[in-house]
Amino acid sequence: MLKFIAKRIGTMLVAMFMIILLTFTLMHAIPGGPFTNPKGMSEEVLAAMEAKYGLDQPMPVQFVNYLGNLLHGDLGPSYKYTGKTVNDFIATGAPVSAKLGLVTLIFVLLTSIPMGILAALKNNRWQDMLLMAVATIGVTIPSFVIASVLIYAFAFKLNVLPTFGLDSWKSYILPVVAMGGYSVSYLARLMRSSLLEVMGQDYIRTARAKGLTEFAVVTKHALRNAMIPVITVLGPTVAGLLTGSFVIEKIFAIPGIGYYFVNSVTQRDYTTIMGVTVFFAAFLMAMVLLVDVFYCLIDPRIQFDA
Amino acid sequence: MSEPILRVEDLKTSFMTSAGEVQAVRGVSFTVHKGEILGIVGESGSGKSVTSMSVLRLLADTARIKSGKVEFEGTDLTKVSDRQMREIRGQKIAMVFQDPMSSLNPLIPVGKQVAEMIRVHHPDIKPDELKEKTLQLFKDVRIPEAEKRLKAYPHEFSGGMRQRVMIAMALANHPDLLIADEPTTALDVTIQHQILKQMRALQQEYGTSIIFITHDLGVVAELCDRVVVMYGGLVMEQANIYDLFENPLHPYTMGLLASVPGLNKDKNERLQSIPGSPPDMTRPPKGCPFASRCAYARSICAQECPPFVEVGSRSARCWLLQPDAPAEGNPLHEKLAKAKGGAG
Repeated sequence: MLKFIAKRIGTMLVAMFMIILLTFTLMHAIPGGPFTNPKGMSEEVLAAMEAKYGLDQPMPVQFVNYLGNLLHGDLGPSYKYTGKTVNDFIATGAPVSAKLGLVTLIFVLLTSIPMGILAALKNNRWQDMLLMAVATIGVTIPSFVIASVLIYAFAFKLNVLPTFGLDSWKSYILPVVAMGGYSVSYLARLMRSSLLEVMGQDYIRTARAKGLTEFAVVTKHALRNAMIPVITVLGPTVAGLLTGSFVIEKIFAIPGIGYYFVNSVTQRDYTTIMGVTVFFAAFLMAMVLLVDVFYCLIDPRIQFDA
Repeated sequence: MSEPILRVEDLKTSFMTSAGEVQAVRGVSFTVHKGEILGIVGESGSGKSVTSMSVLRLLADTARIKSGKVEFEGTDLTKVSDRQMREIRGQKIAMVFQDPMSSLNPLIPVGKQVAEMIRVHHPDIKPDELKEKTLQLFKDVRIPEAEKRLKAYPHEFSGGMRQRVMIAMALANHPDLLIADEPTTALDVTIQHQILKQMRALQQEYGTSIIFITHDLGVVAELCDRVVVMYGGLVMEQANIYDLFENPLHPYTMGLLASVPGLNKDKNERLQSIPGSPPDMTRPPKGCPFASRCAYARSICAQECPPFVEVGSRSARCWLLQPDAPAEGNPLHEKLAKAKGGAG
C-alpha cells in the first residue's frame, strides 16, 4: 500500500510541475502586467518596481526562481497588496472557504445519498419522478442563478436571511444551498442509477433467495456496491467544495480563497494566481489519491499495486 | 411413489413490458415428490426458469403470477405473505443459479456469504458454531483448503469453485427442496461432471428433492429421475427418465433427443436440429406452440392446443396421441402402443 501511495505521489509531482509550467506560461501570455496602469506610471518607476520583484529577468529565470521559492513553501509576495504574501491570503482565505465547504459537503451528503436511494427503491413511482425532476433542475441551473433566486426570495422579498458574510448560522443557508445544489442533484442522480443497476444484479437475487428482508438486501448487499461510482466523483466534489466557489464567494461577499483568486486574475497579481492554482491543484490531487485508497479498501477486486 | 412435496398447478406468469404482455408461462402443472430429482428441460425462452422463479417469487418487478397454485407442503406459496415467503426461502426451498460468476456478492468474503444463509434462519447461533458449520459445508462440497478459503473473495475463485460455494450456501439449512437453475451451464464439461456427482451425493445424504433446470439432455440422463419437457410456456411431455429416452412420445421431445450429439453417431452425418425458432410470447400461438416447427403437424394443431394424454405415470400433449386420432399414417401410433404396452 505504501508503495502504491509513493508511486501515486510521484505521478502527482509530475502533474503538478506541468500545471505550474502551464499556468505560468499562460499567465504571462495575457497582455498587461501587475503594474500596468491606465493612468500611466513613469517609465523609471515601472522599471524599478519590476526590478524589485524580479520581473525584469528572462522568463525561464523567473520560472526557476519561482520553483525554488515554492520548494521552500514560499508562494511569494502579493504584487498588489504591499506587505501581504500569498501565504497570508491562503492562510486567511482557505479556512473560511473550508468552513463553508465543510457545511456544504455535509449538506450535500445528507441530502443527495438518501435522495438517490429513495428514488431508486421507488423506481418509476411518484417519489422517484419528483426527486429526479428536482435533481434535473439542480444540475441544469447554474449556481449563480440559484443564488440570485434565493437572494431575491429569502432576503429581498421575505427578508428572513442575510445575503453576505458568514456571521451567524443563518448566513450559511443561502450560500450552502446555492453552492451545494449542483452536487446534491448530480450525486442523487448518480446514486439512483448506480443503485438501480446493482439491484438488478444476480447477487441481489441470491441475497433475496436466502430469505433476507428487503432492508437487509439493500443495506448489506446493494449499498456498498452502489457506492463505488459515487465515491469516484466524491473526491473531486469534496475538493471543489472545500476550496470554495469563486462565484458563490463573490455573490455572498464571503472572504474565502476564491474571492482573492478572482481579484488576483483581474489585477494580474501573478504570484497570487500561481499560489492559489497550486493550492487548488494540490488539494484536488490529494482528494483523488484519497479516493483511490478508499476504493481499495471497499472493493477487494482492486489491488493497490494495480 | 413417495408423497409429493411441491405441486405446481396451472401456473401462469407474465411480464408486463413496453412491448406488451409477455406470457412466459401459460399454465404449467407438475409435481415433485420427496427425494426425487425432477429435470425441467426446454430451450431458451421455454419458460423453465420463469417457472422456477415463480415458485420462490424471485421474479423481476415487471413479472406477475397471474393464476395458478404453487403448493409446497400443503401451503399455496402464491398466497403467503412476504414474511412467510422469506422464512421459506433459503430454509425450506433453496436455489442455485445459473451463473456462478455473478451470483455471489463481489465485496463480501465467500465464507461470510455462506454463513449469512445460516444466520438469517438461526439468528441466535453462536459465532463459533456458525464458523464450524460453514467450514463443514465447504468441506462437504469439496472445496480444498476450506479453512483458508473461507476468507477469500469470489474473484479469487474459479467458476467451478464458486458454484460449489453456491451449492454449499443452498444446502446450508438442509432445505426440503433445491431448485437448480442451469447450475452447470456456465462451467466446462469436466467441472460440470464433478458438480453433478456432488449434487447427487449430497441429495442422497440429505434426502433433498431437486428441481434441475437445464437444456442439456446429457445432464438430465446423468442426474434426474423424472423429466418435464417445456416448450412455449407449456409442458409438452413428462415421463420418467427411462421412458423418455427410450420412447419419447412428443414430436418436440423426439426432436430434442435427435439433436443431441453423440460419440456413437456417424461422423459424416449432419447433427440434426429442429428447424424454425420458438414462438413470440407476446403473441403466443392459439394452437400447439410447436405446430409451426413440427414435421407431423396437421391443420388442427394450429387451431387448438391439444389436451394431455396420460399413459401410466407419463403424459404428453399432441393431437396425434389422442384416442380418436386415426392409426393409419400416424407416425406416433406405434410409439403410443409401445408406451401403453410398457405401462401395462
